[in-house]
This record gives sequence, structure tokens and C-alpha cells, in this order.
Amino acid sequence: MLCKRIIPCLDVANGRTVKGVNFEHLRDMGDPVAMALAYQNQGADELVFLDITASVEDRGTTIQLVQRVARELMIPFTVGGGIRTVDDAYRLLEAGADKVSVNTAAVTNPQLMTDIATAFGNQCCVLAIDARQMAVNATHSSTTPNDHRWAVLTHGGRKVAELDALSWAQQAVTLGAGEILLTSWDKDGTRSGFDIALTQTLATQLSVPVIASGGAHNAQSFVDVFTDGCADAALAASLFHDGDTTVQLLKQTLAAEGIAVRL
Amino acid sequence: MLEIIDYGGGNLGSMTRCLERLDIPYKRVGGSGRSSVSAQPSGNYPLLFPGVGAFGAAMQHLHDRALTDRIRGLVNDGVPYLGVCIGLQVLFESSEEAPDVPGLGLLPGVIKHYRRGKVPQIGWNALKEGPIKLNSALTTNDPLNKASTEENLATLSPLEAKRQALRVFVAQQGESATAYFVNSYYPVPDAPELTLFTADYYGDFCAAAQLIDSQRNITAFQFHPEKSGPFGHQLIQEWMTHVV
Repeated sequence: MLCKRIIPCLDVANGRTVKGVNFEHLRDMGDPVAMALAYQNQGADELVFLDITASVEDRGTTIQLVQRVARELMIPFTVGGGIRTVDDAYRLLEAGADKVSVNTAAVTNPQLMTDIATAFGNQCCVLAIDARQMAVNATHSSTTPNDHRWAVLTHGGRKVAELDALSWAQQAVTLGAGEILLTSWDKDGTRSGFDIALTQTLATQLSVPVIASGGAHNAQSFVDVFTDGCADAALAASLFHDGDTTVQLLKQTLAAEGIAVRL
Repeated sequence: MLEIIDYGGGNLGSMTRCLERLDIPYKRVGGSGRSSVSAQPSGNYPLLFPGVGAFGAAMQHLHDRALTDRIRGLVNDGVPYLGVCIGLQVLFESSEEAPDVPGLGLLPGVIKHYRRGKVPQIGWNALKEGPIKLNSALTTNDPLNKASTEENLATLSPLEAKRQALRVFVAQQGESATAYFVNSYYPVPDAPELTLFTADYYGDFCAAAQLIDSQRNITAFQFHPEKSGPFGHQLIQEWMTHVV
């Protein structure tokens, strides 16, 4: 049986793992390679690196980091952040990333997903969606259960796109996205559990895997998002970075709850 | 030393980095015409065909480089072959991914598309014993003791030892024998004895195939050992040590 995946996420800037509030007041959290290997040894199933480097000039540092990670890491990893062209994707995949995730650039130019999927296969094209619950009439969508509507945010949450999260995800799959990384803007940073309704809506209606993100609080959050939320994978950052739990402890709890995980 | 087939579309880098971590030397062969990789497989070393990609494109690449007959010839002469992902699929006769394109036909059977669940299958799945059950006498003697494995294998005929080596290793790994899959298509061998390991994705499917007889030494994984953590790396090492 296919295991549910636990995916620690590392924000990186200028080759270091960082943590900040809304991309400001960045605090150095350590060497991403050392952290990646520590998570691998704890039993992480994949890793995501989110490049929040501000300037284009500093992206060379990210390529070097991806090369270092690829040399040492024995599990798959995704790199996202600032990928605007198929050449950007190529450079990261060539450096050793297994997948790339696109977000704002895919909204601006949906063809980007098709180009990446055509060149490298849809398995390495991840669409990241930042979704925020909106009043029912705020978007153009027609029917979703319980009158939940989720708008798509871009530019790190600063702009609202005229897109419904489910419709956007469905369109992305037809365009070439092989996986959806779904972050709840409402839940992100709140430590109040994943957005179960959002995750379930997409996970049950899409033909590709959905990675739930935003709001991880404790083991129960993961139990809920895997059972009620039907997520294929779940991502968390500060929960792991702050040492509140380890991937290993989390997985032991999930296994005891009857959820298929890799121990 | 291995010769690794450089099929232009695949992610060769993840496999070569894996070999480097294992200290297994390799040469690239059959590549896209750049001088360093344009050599044909020599037959002096085992062949490794890794990578993700499409069946039709992979076969086209082999045709364009005159590799189809070369690989068939070498494998039929007994050169050990390890296929990973697309390197497994091309061994079979055909694929639903490109119905008009014949495969290498080195293993009888076809490649089918998953009809249930999310496609592609992405993630970790436990490997299970195939239809041919492991001789339990091979593992009962202190299963965690590597020396006893080698002793047990040494009691078998050389061919049988090669056939049992990865089965014994996987049985000894227990729950750790979980591998990373990224695939929309999976093999359906014609004969049950060709299935080395199965995994369960809305039903059991062939996750690894093997054909070892007096002429041929073929092993192939649908999963990605190079991305399957320490377990996957050890599996490649076991293949080098006990199957090649």
C-alpha cells in the first residue's frame, strides 16, 4: 500500500535555511544540507526547499545548494520559489532537484506547466497553490460543498488571483501538473491544524496527489489531514525546525493510528 | 565497474550520484553523441539502464543510437543488466504508453497503465515477496547476520544463489524494504516466476522483475533505488555483490 508522505519544508535564502515572519526579519536556522540529512535520517519521505532569495543574482547560490543537496541526499526533493521559465526549471533539475514547484509564474503563464511537463515529465512539475477562504460570491466558481470557496493567492499571498482553487488545480492537471502542493493561507502559521475542508475538496476531486500544507500543530493534525482530508502527503516546517516533534516520532504515532507510513 | 546507458531523456544524474555515494565506478555509454558518452556498451561490464521517461521516446533513442540490437545481443550473451523505471519497461514486448512501438522483448509481457488511484503513483511503497516464495531455510539462521546470508547463499548453486540474493536481502530488511515509486505504468510479465517483488497499488503489481538462467542475468526495478534512501542504495550494492 502506498504510504502517506511526511515532508519537512526548508525556506532557504543565500544558501542558508532561514525562518522569518512574512519573509521579513529572517533568522538563520543553519546549513540546509545538514538539516536535510538530519530529516532524512529521521525518516522524512521527501523534502521541499523553498527559495525565498530576493534577488535574481543570488539564485546562483541556490543552484550550488541544490547540487550539494543532490550529492548527499538519498531521498527525493522538490525546489520551489522564483521559477519563471522552463530554463529556470531546467537549471534546478540539472543541478539535481527531482521536482520543481511553480506558483505565481504558473498563474501568469499557465503554459509554463505544459512546457515543464513536456520537457521533463509531469512527475516533476508541482503546482503550488496558496488558497484563502473567501466569501461565497467573491470568486467566479459555481458549486463546491458547504459553500466553501477558496481563492488563489499569488506573489507570496499579496495578490488575489481571479481563480477558484479547485478549478485552477483541475486546469493545472490538464496542463501538466503532476502534483499539487496546497497551502492554506488561513491556517499557515496558526498551528491550529491543516485546513481539512480545503484539502479534502481538492484531494478527492483531482487525479494527481495532493500535498497538504499550512497549520500543522501536532500528530493529530496529520491524522486528520490523512483521514478526513484525504491528503496524499503533508508538509510542515516550523513544527520540525523548532523540535516540537521529530519525523520519526510523528510517524510512530501515525502508524499506531493505522495510517500507512514508511517506518 | 558498470556501464550506464545515457538515454538522453532520463535523470541520469540521480543514478550517477547514487553510484558515487556507493563508490561504484561507472562509464556512460550509448549517449547523445557528445564525445564523452557516445561509446557503445562494450560487453565487458554490467549494464545499468536508469531513468524516468516515456516508453516511446526511450525506444526511439535506442533505435537512433543502434542500441536495440546491441543491448539484446549483450543481454542474450549473459552480460548482467539492471533496469530502473524506464529501464525496466523497455525490456518488455510493448507498452500501453506507445502501443505501436515494440520494446526490446527480452522479457515476455507488457506494460500497462494504472486504472485506479492517483496517477502517477508517487511515493513509498512496501516491497513484498513475489509469487515464487523464498526458501525459508535461507533466512531462519539469524536473519540479521550478514555473514549467515553469505553462508546460506554459498550452499546454493551459483545460479540459484543469484536468484535468491535480493529475495533474502529484502526479506531481512522487513518493514525497511520500502521503495520510492514514480510511475503511471507498471509491468505485467507473462510468467509468474518473472516477478521478483510485488507492491500494492489498488492491487498487487510487479514492482521488480528478474530472469536469471544459464544464458541471461536480467534484474529490473519499477521503483527508484537511487531515491529510496539507505535501503535502495544497499539494494544496488547487493545486486553488484551477489547478482552480477
